Amino acid sequence: MATAARALSLALNVPLVGVNHCLAHIEIGRLTENVEDPLTLYVSGGNTLVAAYEKGRYRIFGETLDLAIGNMLDMFARALGLRHPGGPKIEELAYKGSVFVSLPYVVKGMDLSYSGVYTAAVGKIGSCKAEDLCYSVQEVCFSMLAEVTERALAHTRKDSVLLTGGVGRNRRLQEMIRVVAEEHGASFHVVPPQLAGDNGAMIAWAGILEYISGRTLMMEESYVKPKWRLDEVQVSWVKGETS
Amino acid sequence: MIIKKGAEAHLFLDFISGKKVIVKERKPKLYRIKELDDNLRKQRVVREARLLHSAKKAGVPTPTVYLINLESTSIIMDYIDGKTLSDLIKERKLSREELVGLLREVGKLIGRLHKEGIVHGDLTTSNMIVSGGKIFFIDFGLGDFSRNVEDLGVDLHLMKRAMESSHYDVFEEGFSAVLQGYRETFEEANEVIEKMWEIERRGRYWER
Repeated sequence: MATAARALSLALNVPLVGVNHCLAHIEIGRLTENVEDPLTLYVSGGNTLVAAYEKGRYRIFGETLDLAIGNMLDMFARALGLRHPGGPKIEELAYKGSVFVSLPYVVKGMDLSYSGVYTAAVGKIGSCKAEDLCYSVQEVCFSMLAEVTERALAHTRKDSVLLTGGVGRNRRLQEMIRVVAEEHGASFHVVPPQLAGDNGAMIAWAGILEYISGRTLMMEESYVKPKWRLDEVQVSWVKGETS
Repeated sequence: MIIKKGAEAHLFLDFISGKKVIVKERKPKLYRIKELDDNLRKQRVVREARLLHSAKKAGVPTPTVYLINLESTSIIMDYIDGKTLSDLIKERKLSREELVGLLREVGKLIGRLHKEGIVHGDLTTSNMIVSGGKIFFIDFGLGDFSRNVEDLGVDLHLMKRAMESSHYDVFEEGFSAVLQGYRETFEEANEVIEKMWEIERRGRYWER
């Protein structure tokens, strides 16, 4: 991708702009949902985090200590013999489940951990119905997300909640986060399904924001930064509280 | 009288034979299915009461527990009159020495907990109340008993993360004061601190 971007920049004689992937997921939601300063729950195959704007940056209040939720669901789906992507298939089966199977529920502060749920759930394949397991995995994993979202919401006192990332398409998760938001008097927003997973539009939009704030890259200085943290990016376009 | 509606519980002020007490009541969470929610709330009430007691025995000031009620999933405990450490730091009235002194004490107290195999589970400056020259630790609802280096490392990591997001202006000096105190009361501190860095490096900060 980086090579393609450099090539296009050269060929079209346009500036090269670096974009943080997490930031793009948040910005596309802010744009389509028309929210200024939300608490964001970003859930995908590679990331699970709760972040909110404070003093020029998106601060990360909570995140996974091991597996990302989407990765965990995909791995569990594979163990059940389901095809990739596993999330939607788990969701489908979960609606047919009714017996709750107890699984480890691990929330630490505003962080959470999915490795224990994964191991326990895989261990129960065969002795429980797949539908019941999918139902229970969703209930436990998403309740953990709802809980950290609620904690972060109480902490930051934001007046809106934004759900973004591929796992944000899950209707049960949407329902839970909506309940959390409403309970705290905050509005609930979710990115449109076609913009929930990784997409070009979000990168383009984040690129525009970066460009408008005057940040472009020299070709020679451009490289892929896989460890670029969301909270390292300076954000100048959010009208947030200045506490 | 309700004094705080938190994410985890509601706090009420009450009096028992003239003594000020806090009733901490965990309300049902509507986003969770009942089976899961009932279980979690009961489990946390019991665990919190046990941990508060064990922490006190380990030399860490905590409110005294008077009663637990599993029906209403509530705990009745001492009311601690003071300010949270978080508010105290954010007021910016502390001198540099006072700030470092308080945070070093926090580190010592965390060291005492860990030495006794007590994991707090939610170490933040909002869960510490400064009262009468002592620092009280509260909110053990996400805690556990463990001597596992990984669990202790995560606990310390939470403190670091909380300080990074809430007190970023004094983070560097503040957190090294915490670590200094931690090393003073806990022999295996360095092993846990090393684990904490490892947890941070582990790759969950990557973008894929």
